[in-house]
Amino acid sequence: MATLSAPRIVLSRTEFADSHTLTRYLATGGYEGLKKALTMFPEAVAAEVDQASLLGRGGAGFPAGRKWSMLRKAPISYLVVNGDESEPATFKDHLLVERDPHQLVEGCIIAAYALQVSSVYIFLRGEFALGLERVQQAVNDAYELGALGSKIFDSEFSLDIVVHPGAGAYICGEETALIEALEGKRGFPRIKPPFFPAVTGLYGEPTVVNNVETMSNLPWIISNSGAAFAALGGGRSTGTRLFALAGRVNRPGVYEIEMVKNTFRDLIYDPQLGNGVIGDKAIKAIIPGGVSAPWFGPELLDLPLGQDEVAEKGSMLGSGSIVVMDETTCVVRAAWRITKFFSRESCGQCTPCREGSGWIERAMYRMEHGGGRMEDIELLLDLCDNIAPGLTWPPQQTTICVLGPSIPSSVHSAISMFRDDFVAHVEHGGCPQ
Amino acid sequence: MSHFRVDIRRRAEEVVALYPRPRSAMLPLLHLAQEQDGYLSDEGIAEVAELTSTTPADVRGTAAFYDMFHLAPVGKYVVGICTNIACLLAGGDELLEHASTALGCSVGGTSDDGLFTLEETECLADCNFAPCVQVNHRYVRTTTPEAFDHVVAELRAGTLDHDIPSHGTLIRVRRAGGLHASRAEVASERRVAIAARDARAEEAK
Amino acid sequence: MTEAVRSMVTITVNGRSLEAAAGELLIEAVERAGTYVPRFCYHPRMEPVGVCRMCLVEVEGPRGATLQPACFLKVNDGMTVVTDSDKVKKAQDGVLEFLLANHPLDCPVCDKGGECPLQDQTLTHGSGETRFIEEKRHFVKPVEIGALVLLDRERCIQCARCTRFASEVAGDAQIAFAGRGDLLEVATSPTQPFDSVFSGNTVQICPVGALTARPYRFSARPWDLEQIESTCTTCAVGCRVAVQSSGNRLTRVLGVDSEPVNHGWLCDKGRFVIDSIDGNESSTDPLLASTRITTPLVRRNGAFVAVSWGDALSEAAAILRRGASNPNGVGAIGGAALTNEGAFAWERLLRGVLGTEHLDAQYGDGLDAALLQALPRATIDEASRARTVVTLTGDLREELPVLFLRLRENVVRYHRSLVEFSFGASGLTSVATVSLAVRPGEAHLVARALGDSGAGVPLGLVVGEEELQRARDLIGETGEDVVFVVGRANMAEQSAVMENALRTLAERFPRAKFLPALRRANVMGALDMGLAPQLRPGRAFASDAGRDALAQLDALRSGEQKVLVLLGGDLRGNVVDVVGATEALERAEVIVVTGHGGSTLAYADVVLPAAVQHERTGTVTNIEGRVSAVSPKIVAPGSAWPDVAIASELAEALGQSIGLGSVEEAARAIEETTSYPALSVLGDAANEGIVVGDAGARTSRRPLDPMAFPGIRSTEKVGLGAPSGATTVPRVDASSAVKPAGWDDVTAGRHVDVPLADAYSLRVHLSRRLYDDGVAVQGTPALAGLTAVTVVHLNHIDMDRLGASTGDVVTVTGARGTAHLPVALDDAVARGSTEIAFGSVDGDGHDVLRPLFDGSQVISQVRLDSK
Ligand SMILES: Cc1cc2nc3c(=O)[nH]c(=O)nc-3n(C[C@H](O)[C@H](O)[C@H](O)COP(=O)(O)O)c2cc1C
Ligand code: SF4
Ligand code: FES
Repeated sequence: MATLSAPRIVLSRTEFADSHTLTRYLATGGYEGLKKALTMFPEAVAAEVDQASLLGRGGAGFPAGRKWSMLRKAPISYLVVNGDESEPATFKDHLLVERDPHQLVEGCIIAAYALQVSSVYIFLRGEFALGLERVQQAVNDAYELGALGSKIFDSEFSLDIVVHPGAGAYICGEETALIEALEGKRGFPRIKPPFFPAVTGLYGEPTVVNNVETMSNLPWIISNSGAAFAALGGGRSTGTRLFALAGRVNRPGVYEIEMVKNTFRDLIYDPQLGNGVIGDKAIKAIIPGGVSAPWFGPELLDLPLGQDEVAEKGSMLGSGSIVVMDETTCVVRAAWRITKFFSRESCGQCTPCREGSGWIERAMYRMEHGGGRMEDIELLLDLCDNIAPGLTWPPQQTTICVLGPSIPSSVHSAISMFRDDFVAHVEHGGCPQ
Repeated sequence: MSHFRVDIRRRAEEVVALYPRPRSAMLPLLHLAQEQDGYLSDEGIAEVAELTSTTPADVRGTAAFYDMFHLAPVGKYVVGICTNIACLLAGGDELLEHASTALGCSVGGTSDDGLFTLEETECLADCNFAPCVQVNHRYVRTTTPEAFDHVVAELRAGTLDHDIPSHGTLIRVRRAGGLHASRAEVASERRVAIAARDARAEEAK
Repeated sequence: MTEAVRSMVTITVNGRSLEAAAGELLIEAVERAGTYVPRFCYHPRMEPVGVCRMCLVEVEGPRGATLQPACFLKVNDGMTVVTDSDKVKKAQDGVLEFLLANHPLDCPVCDKGGECPLQDQTLTHGSGETRFIEEKRHFVKPVEIGALVLLDRERCIQCARCTRFASEVAGDAQIAFAGRGDLLEVATSPTQPFDSVFSGNTVQICPVGALTARPYRFSARPWDLEQIESTCTTCAVGCRVAVQSSGNRLTRVLGVDSEPVNHGWLCDKGRFVIDSIDGNESSTDPLLASTRITTPLVRRNGAFVAVSWGDALSEAAAILRRGASNPNGVGAIGGAALTNEGAFAWERLLRGVLGTEHLDAQYGDGLDAALLQALPRATIDEASRARTVVTLTGDLREELPVLFLRLRENVVRYHRSLVEFSFGASGLTSVATVSLAVRPGEAHLVARALGDSGAGVPLGLVVGEEELQRARDLIGETGEDVVFVVGRANMAEQSAVMENALRTLAERFPRAKFLPALRRANVMGALDMGLAPQLRPGRAFASDAGRDALAQLDALRSGEQKVLVLLGGDLRGNVVDVVGATEALERAEVIVVTGHGGSTLAYADVVLPAAVQHERTGTVTNIEGRVSAVSPKIVAPGSAWPDVAIASELAEALGQSIGLGSVEEAARAIEETTSYPALSVLGDAANEGIVVGDAGARTSRRPLDPMAFPGIRSTEKVGLGAPSGATTVPRVDASSAVKPAGWDDVTAGRHVDVPLADAYSLRVHLSRRLYDDGVAVQGTPALAGLTAVTVVHLNHIDMDRLGASTGDVVTVTGARGTAHLPVALDDAVARGSTEIAFGSVDGDGHDVLRPLFDGSQVISQVRLDSK
């Protein structure tokens, strides 16, 4: 069964009803990490994070320490925190901003100190009305406390944090689109090169973009050392991590567990975690890391929850959201709905993404609702191939950002794993269920 | 002259001052415009264009990129129901259909009494309460048709007014506090600190 | 000012290695080597965005060969590229298939059909069969997004060319993307129509038929069009254009990608003005701008009678003889509408045959011609690449639109500096590095303060010392690599103010160059051909004492001058003191040479019909002194004649010959007698022309890119064959006979005395608008509706003092009278002054403004009273 011995790093106080308040935060070790950090040299703080080997929690899984040190050519000007969380079935950052906003704010201040930036923008998904209010309140409290503003805790370090609301567009989670949105524009991802915002980011200046969960880990890491963090987990996937479990399980929710030490099966079936599939049905497929990821069949349930481990099997852990589909699930409908999402959320710049997503969505709709033709199955695969040539993982892309090559994942997975279901849809003239 | 009310205008100017370039304030300003009018009126758009030194077409086009901005009037309550993958697996489509009947409006439409606008949304990041429902971007965590009807009744009765302000109002917590130091001073401190850091790195090599 | 020579790198394309400039775009590098990569969104005159993904090619990188957009990638040394693999082909075919999926394929009824990049690439690359069986995207079919442009969103392929043009090039994002994903569309704001003066460019560069121009819509099919290359003479920028006709009707004007001048862009006035040329056959009243004058007219018993050329010429000759019998009895105003050859012929006739010194191509609204000659001249390219540009002129977006685009690019794209003498709202203000506020009657004082850092700001000026100092820093000690763009910002201020300012600046910054911003068509050519006091053909100076236009009007009123030849039909539309001008016209015998009707003709005794632009051959000279060819696309209507012929025949009627039987003869005479380029330009009409005094620097033509400028057929061949005779580049260094004006010769601007402003009045800034009540706009149905409306602009201080607010009607009292006009708030107007558009009309279409002014003072003032 699951290994649940690891300490809670980011969810340590969420069981308190007042976990979002400064009072509770201070009573549970709040701002101690920051105070400690301020006694250290900034590069020592960064080194601690580097040692923790904290992989970014936004989806790409790039080590935060390396992002801070290696990519920069010039001093970083801005820290931008990505709280856009819109990847379907991902709801961990939602929990962190609503239930522990001070931890996020403290993490941001620590990171800003390590990077020596003087402005942080926390970009939060606009639909998080409560989260926006709570984080703004936490920022206000931090100013009041002296943890923000000029000469933080009487150190030589000054910092300003601005909470920036998004307005409903999944693509703004992509870091360059997020920067465009912060600049007040449409969330059109920027064309690469330059490949990293750390080279050219907000207002054309070097910028670090990190995820909310990534930031929320920092107070603990500084208080307890990077080594303590690295001692948890396994391989490159150190520490604990938030997994958002959704779909046909008895206890959907966000669980903080040690990486690698636990498997998909542990997460889904442990009574303290997912507690099994609804009605004890058999699992048909799981989506291991957000809807951009290719699906896994039940034969991979014993795969450890580690970044490299999942990548080796041709998918990704991505944003840490796991969706369980059971034998009652129509995979055509599921893949159609995911494609509909991409077609709505494509920013519209690149032809293959804009037109490809719409075309596939309409063809899948036909398939699900009657009107599917046998030749549509090959057509769908070929359209997928035109968006992500070769249909490999990681994908090749014909587009500016990786939303495009994510479109085929679900359709390609569904067809290659459950071709019979498609044939049945065609023969039955719609969904047989 | 200003279309914004005095308080909204003051907040708008405060927001603009938070960023190195006025255009950066676009999204917060559009939220403010929506807070005042309930949607983005032509006058609101024009005022945002003025505050950000852009054109109305650019502001409108930018706003139209984002789902939360409405270019036409909507109901007092915008009800969003998710049908994305997690909610689909939990009956999101069925709840949406129920809501359409219960509210008396089609998806994307507004009820005759102007109280409700119903929207089908993408994932709202609350999948443990699937199918997920938001009213004016506040989670109401009502996953069954019965619970949904109950919330609707409460909304009609006005008993949720405290938690759910009318459409457009997003962040009720005002920014208090700030850097309270000149940016130039902070920048120069920062330059000194970075130089010191780089010198130490040099030494360490 | 040579740009640093870029280092060369070697790249491998399809196995062959080739040289490219470091940092060059891959798509351009491979194309030079003969490998064409299909594309849609790429446009050579805008920043690449890489969105259509049509240009994907395989580029070797750390993760193997990946598909990359050739339009966005910059080459670097050792780059290995494959453009013809199966993978590339499949990706490109895939993109094309995706683009066509939702495209309506209504080519038979689409304006772009036959010249459509999407259609063309589908024919060369497409599979011919569609696999798309879904319902296509539907939008309401064409939406009028402005007075001139319609949008069909179903045809749009989201290449962002139009939106980029609007925001990046024109700087007025009135069309912008709206929505997202599958529903991304081009849109305008309901409160702000697409009324940019550059809107036609978006139609021209749209790679499909999504944007169409109202005047051209459905008027022709591309394969029926004939084309000739020419130079636009709607203003003095001299954009190169492809003029197209169907039969003898002008259908379309497109911008040619001319490197030194317009980069393919045009303003809407130059593009759409063609309807005034061959449009309104129904309009016959000679007093209307919409009427083409197609036959000679003579006034008999107070009414016009159409007569033969012979009769009209003898009538005109009789008038001229009568006039010439008095000393100083004859004079001529106008000439900017002529070609250089025509201007040369008229100069011979007027000076040589009639012996008059009183010639002036300007209307008192320009700058002293000798002073312009004495200023070191910059080219448009120099101004568009200068380290710092200083503008002392009106709103260039309204006056010389394409020059505005070039200068704006220098700031926005190349990050160089712009100092603006700010006389009021202008298109450049938002990008200017420094704006120096200047009120009417102050330009010379600001110029002096700019040149003298020790003196401080003279009392009473609105400009601040801080701005002045920033401007001084940007200009530098000597003005090296600085270009001053100089014109007449204010029609209600006498030229002496600006001329004095220019003297000050030229003396103070000896290394700076100057680019004149005179707006009227071929005014620079007319001056170079001697149509001004003290000038002689070939940019020569002579110290005679002729009268300029305003002095001639005075002399006519006093009876000293008896006869006025108008070379151009719109004197009344071009002067501020219209009451005084009318009085002068009433007292004179008037001969008008014109293509168009207009109210001035009410005072004409003889009207001689002339061919206008796109109907005649010859050369013209633009603001930078570039001589380029104009070519006829259609035959002039009725019995209108080319300008050289009219002058020649009139000389004959006077019993003399000026020896210029044809345009070629005139061009040869110009070149042989003055070394001014004419015949050699005429013989090479598809070239970029020659800048006077800069013969070495002939720029070669960019190859035509039909993907970037659809609709233009090859621009290499034009209708005119090479005339026999000299076609070599002439020597343009001054021969002994030809001496340009030097500073000592220039009397203009030595002194200026601005009277004290009266505290109860406001100084008037009469600005220019592109769409005014002149004949070009009024004769073009599509543009006439856009004519500026008369509004009195005030800043909020003066508005408060007046106790009025925007929209209120106030009483405006000037030197000659009173009018009731609406006011509007505009804080770009300096306090104590008011800005009103010259050539604007009131709600009923009447000019109520000009009758208020007499122009007798250095600056004009008005008093405002709220009703
Ligand atoms: C289409 C797309 C959507 C994304 N959405 C999110 C998101 O909602 N939240 C997030 O933190 N990162 C998201 N990312 C990843 C970000 O681009 C970026 O890698 C991340 O914010 C970096 O933070 P990290 O290094 O802390 O993980 C997204 C990426 C793509 C391509
Ligand atoms: S800018 Fe002047 S020359 Fe160019 S198109 Fe317009 S009117 Fe013609
Ligand atoms: S992406 Fe290169 S031409 Fe469009």
